[in-house]
Amino acid sequence: MSQIKHHLNDSLLMAYSAGTLPEAFNLIVATHISMCDDCRARMHSFDAVGGAMLDNGDTVQMHDDSLDATLKLISTGPKDQIRMAPKVSECSVLPQPLQDYVGGGLDDVRWRSVGMGVKQAILRTSKQATVRLLYIPAGSAMPDHGHNGTELTLVLQGAFQDESDRFGVGDIEIADQDMEHTPVAVGDQACICLAATDARLRFNGLVPRIAQPFLRI
Amino acid sequence: MSIMLTENLSFEENDASVLNVPYNGRAGDMVCNNRTHSVAVIEKTRQDWVPEMIRIRETKDQAAFAALFQHFAPRVKSFLMKSGASEPLAEEVTQEAMATLWHKADLFDPTRASVSTWIFTIARNRKIDALRKQRRPEPEDLTWGPEAEPDQEDVVVLQQETEQLGIALAGLPEKQRELIERAYFGDLSHSEIAEQTGLPLGTIKSRIRLALERMRHAMK
Repeated sequence: MSQIKHHLNDSLLMAYSAGTLPEAFNLIVATHISMCDDCRARMHSFDAVGGAMLDNGDTVQMHDDSLDATLKLISTGPKDQIRMAPKVSECSVLPQPLQDYVGGGLDDVRWRSVGMGVKQAILRTSKQATVRLLYIPAGSAMPDHGHNGTELTLVLQGAFQDESDRFGVGDIEIADQDMEHTPVAVGDQACICLAATDARLRFNGLVPRIAQPFLRI
Repeated sequence: MSIMLTENLSFEENDASVLNVPYNGRAGDMVCNNRTHSVAVIEKTRQDWVPEMIRIRETKDQAAFAALFQHFAPRVKSFLMKSGASEPLAEEVTQEAMATLWHKADLFDPTRASVSTWIFTIARNRKIDALRKQRRPEPEDLTWGPEAEPDQEDVVVLQQETEQLGIALAGLPEKQRELIERAYFGDLSHSEIAEQTGLPLGTIKSRIRLALERMRHAMK
């Protein structure tokens, strides 16, 4: 995937490393990193900053019996499995973290039509933000879903083009609410994307749900 | 812009002699000796905890675990409380995180992460699980597992880089360090930091960026 041109920025990588992003954003960051060695290396650097902060950081005294209690906890065995046994799917389009959320590969996605040949599948995450898979036939425009906060769009198959640039497989577009754009699927393949939107403003705001019926959130 | 560059340069110059000390120790067996010498030069040479981790991994050594616990558990607890956990919850989650460290010890790879980084990632994941009640999607192939016999040279290089990072962090101006700490530990977004500190968002972003740049320079 050496052709990736559009990467995660420092803010997102740092927040992913710090563990402060909503789950939907964590998913898109983890999916991009699965496809991008550059961002993976940068993520490790941010983890190392976290480690250094921890090592240099303040302390709060543990209880007197803490160590004994922890050893007792250890003797009861691991709380969870070391690693979820990943369902190995042959799907070459969806990286592993995404397969965990879909419950399989591309063939297992439960698409819903939103008109004009465009399909979407909303993935279940915590409510602070939403994340969906989008399927846009070649030549069609992505539906305008008027983002109220930050929106991240990661290309998994095909490509899209908007006023700013062309986005191919592995590229991630970071758009804020001021950005006006009309992305169109280009090339001869349908474009499949993962799109995450910060939904807090939408939920706290006055915009009633019904105003954005196709979002189905 | 020119001020920023000047600051960076002077920062590098000031620290060059310090940062070169561990670098001199790279070749083979002399490393340990030079590290001992470097204690005198850099007061801050830290214990890297790798031998303790290896003893936990290889022989389930409870004394090594107790030593790690004594150093890291109070730090993890502080991290969790800064992230919004109550004292009892932070105590409980810290114990869980330290137990996870024991159970996952065979996944620790000293060529890929320092012990403090590894514990940070465990504590962070427990935090997301316990405080935020969310899943934590991880990138594909992030096994942390030793793929081959760890190369001792790689272990040394990584631990030296970790030490340099600690020095770079300690060398940051107080305000920048504080903002980075809040971004990591305070469970605050940049805009929430702006609300708490009263600093405009643009200033916060540029300070964090400046701090990261400085650390990158120091790591080169």
